[in-house]
Order: sequence, then C-alpha cells, then structure tokens
Amino acid sequence: MTQLPPPSEVKLGLVIDLDTCVGCHACVVACKGWNTENYGAPLGDEDPYGAEPVGSFLNRVHSYEVQPEEGPAQLVHFPKSCLHCEDAPCVTVCPTGASYKRAEDGIVLVNEDACIGCGLCAWACPYGAREMDPVEKVMKKCTLCVDRIYNENLEPEDREPACVRTCPAGARHFGDLGDPTSDVSELVAARRGFDLMPEQGTKPVNKYLPPRKKDVEIDVLAPMLEPIAIDAHGFLGWIDRTLGKLPGGGA
Amino acid sequence: MHPAPSIIVFTTLSGIGFGLLIFLGLGLPALTGWLAFIAFGTAFSAAVAGLVASTFHLGHPERALLAFTQWRSSWLSREAWLACGALITMGLYGAGAVLFGVRIVPLGWVGAAFCLATIGATSMMYGQLKTVPRWRHWTTPLLFFAYGLGGGALLAGQIAAAIVLIALAGVVQVLAWYLGDKALAATGSDTGTATGLWPRGEVRAFESPHTGPNYLTREMVFVIGRKRSTQLRVISLILAILFPIAVLVIVPGHVFAALAIISHVLGVLTARWLFFAEAEHVVGLFYGAL
Repeated sequence: MTQLPPPSEVKLGLVIDLDTCVGCHACVVACKGWNTENYGAPLGDEDPYGAEPVGSFLNRVHSYEVQPEEGPAQLVHFPKSCLHCEDAPCVTVCPTGASYKRAEDGIVLVNEDACIGCGLCAWACPYGAREMDPVEKVMKKCTLCVDRIYNENLEPEDREPACVRTCPAGARHFGDLGDPTSDVSELVAARRGFDLMPEQGTKPVNKYLPPRKKDVEIDVLAPMLEPIAIDAHGFLGWIDRTLGKLPGGGA
Repeated sequence: MHPAPSIIVFTTLSGIGFGLLIFLGLGLPALTGWLAFIAFGTAFSAAVAGLVASTFHLGHPERALLAFTQWRSSWLSREAWLACGALITMGLYGAGAVLFGVRIVPLGWVGAAFCLATIGATSMMYGQLKTVPRWRHWTTPLLFFAYGLGGGALLAGQIAAAIVLIALAGVVQVLAWYLGDKALAATGSDTGTATGLWPRGEVRAFESPHTGPNYLTREMVFVIGRKRSTQLRVISLILAILFPIAVLVIVPGHVFAALAIISHVLGVLTARWLFFAEAEHVVGLFYGAL
C-alpha cells in the first residue's frame, strides 16, 4: 500500500556528522558491497571496466566549499543517502505499491518484485536518494540495511547499517530518532542537527550535524617551541659538516 | 528533466487522441457509419499509440497491471484507470455509432468526461511534483487541457472551437513559460538550503560524488534544453498555435486542415520536449547545476 502509514513511534535513521566526515567514501563502498550481495537485486553496473561506467549506488559523498564572509573557505564532505522521510513523497506517487514505508520502524523500502521501473518515485525525491538499477531496471534505494540491523546471525556490534559500521571517522550514527532519549536524538539536540531542504516538507528522519567552527588562531606559544632535530648525527651529520666546508656551504 | 521520447510521444498523442474523443463523445460532429469509423479509428489510434509509447518508458512493462492498484494515492495509477474507463466507454459508444448507426448520447457524455479526466490525471503526474517547481503550478493541468482540447477540436473539424481553444493554449503556454522561468527562484531553494550549510557562508559544489554521469544526472540534471530554449519556444508557438489558427481563419477546408493538424502536432511535440527539457529538478542543487 503506497498510502503512508501514520507516523511510527520508532523512527530508525542516520545522523551524519559533517564535522567529522573526511570524505573517504568508505561508506559508499561498504554500502555497494553489502547491498550487492544481500537484500534485493544486486546493485548493478553498466560498462564497469569500459570508457563510460555507470552504476547504481545507495549512498554518495558530495563535497562542498563553504565561503564565509571572512576568512578562508571550508571544505565539507557530505554523504547523502535516503533520509527515510516521515512524509515521503516517493511512496505516495508509486502506482504499484512497490514503494512503501514500514509502519513499525519508518524504514522506506521498495518491493522490487512489484516495481515496474517507471521512475516516478525518483522524480518525486528531492534528495536524489533513488537510482534506477541499470541492469535489473528496478528502483534501488537505501534499506537502512534492514537485513543487518535485525539480523541475529550477526554479532551484536554488526547489527547496524554497513555504512555506519565501516566509517573510520565515526561520522555516521544509527539509532531511533523517534525516541528523544536515544543516543542519536541526544546527539542531534546537543549539536543542533538539521534537516536537508526542509522547505520541501518531507520531514526527513535522518539528521545532519553542522561542521564546527575552525580554530581561528594558532596557539601564541607555538613559535616559541624548540625546533626538534636541529643538529644531525652520524652519516647525515658527516654530510652536513662536509658540505658546510665546501664553497657555497655557508655556516 | 530528461526529455524521453517515449514520454513526449505518450503525452502528445494521447492528449490529442483523448481530446478528439471528447468532441466525438459530445456529438461534435455527430458521426455514424464509415465517417464515425474513420474518426474513432483516428482517435483510438492516437490515444492507444500514446499509451503504448508510455510503456516503453518502463523498466518492467510486464508488471504494468500492478499500476492499477494504488489509485488512492498515485496519479499514475489513477491515469491508468481513467484511460481504461475512457477507452471502454468510448469504445462502446463508438461501436454503437459505427456498427449500428446509433449514438447513445449519455454514454458519449460519460466517455467525454472520462477522457477529460484522463488528460487531467496525465498532467497531475507532473503537476504533483514539488521537486520540479516549474511543473507544480496550476498552468500545468491547464496547459494539458488546452492542448488536448485544442488538438481535439482541430481534428474534429470544429473550426470555431479549435481557433478559440488553440489560442487559449497559446496564452496558457506563454504564461506557463513566463511564470515557470521564475518558479525555481521563488521556492528559495539553493545549494545552501539543500545542504543546510547556508548559515555558514556561500555554498558551492566543489566536487561531484562520482567521476562520470549517473542515473540522477542523466534523468534529472538535464541542462541542454536551456541553451536553445528561446528559439524552440518561438518555433513551437508558430507550429502549434499561430500557423494552425491562420489556416483555419484564412483557408478553412480539408486539405489545408491536414496541414494545420501536422503543424499543430509538430508544434506540440516541440513544446512538450521543452516542457521536460527545461524543467529543473531540485536534486540539481546538490550537483551545483542550477
């Protein structure tokens, strides 16, 4: 049924820390890997080793330059995947019922067996979270690794989305954003997490944490620190002394 | 948006086909026998050819029957139902007129209403999308109605109605372009609001997440259309609106009417190409393309 369920109490989602993300794309690769081998059709690639490779991904990392009024520009790496919106426009446009939002935890999923590949849901998404698989011709999107988070065959620490599990910087957090006392909700409150394109009225569950302000000044004591390794010993010392004696060697 | 030929052909042909069926359903002209066969044949060919073209856009057309299930929420599903309703009622009405020389007048009215609703549902597939500010506007359904009815009147040989409706289509089209050009800016969305980074300074897309194109950039960040837009707008207005009206006013008659029809269809195809090619999807903001 592509009518939206009433807002669920549990709202599973991601919190992405734009201050911490280093733009390594490990989450992109982990996502592609897990979701090629597990839930639904594999994430296909067209012409993967040719001149114009095109593939479907559920997670992409943009990079933006933010130029403040004063001072140097800041580079912000910006991972983007499905935000599992509460008012998901991709769900209601689906003519077949393939696109749906789970009543129990709010995850937005695609039943690929019912997808006719019309692409209307991708058009309805403001965030570019849905991509048509170039091989299977069905719509692919982030499943929040629904086949990991409830999977009792995995170790407890692995029961989180692949992108979160793999992030080497700890820039991605997974949890219940419907529970105001959860770690992710407290993190969002403490760091003033925000929504992407709130003017679209989609009420995204995923939140983004803003980059922190950069240090403006370098420590005043820094120039007074002793330089290390000022005199060379051994072989390098012999070269240093010898070159010093030759013409143009200085002192 | 990517101007896919299947969708341009679908919306243009089915619009004109259902437009013609509206006039036939209303008894304008009230045809029976062979003339009805030709008229209904033309209308059904256009409408069905358009609907068939639309299935070429699908990744899995074999599952198309599932598209009838979500009429409560989905305009595409409603369009499927309404189009079937229109084709069935007008098929029965046409069969009566062609085979038995009987026009079941109320059935024709019901059929005409179905056809009008189908055109409306087609337009709302685009008009509903908040992600494409140019489309989410009252001019979108009006434009589809005006083109469908204008083309239908032209094919039905309703000269006075055709002149008025095609002129109306021209006015709505110019209005849609004028207002549509400001629609994206009016939303206030930019790369800053898309990323939420606007409070920190001016936001510029620095590096794309992928080196080549992807589904999103091919489907929704189509920018070629904007380069020649003024020329194509003028061409489509001349072909779809001005030339057919001039023909109808100056030299009404079957031979020239055929020219007017061909010109009108080519013009609507051009306008429909622009409808897609010029439409800006807000996902382009993430790519710094708007």
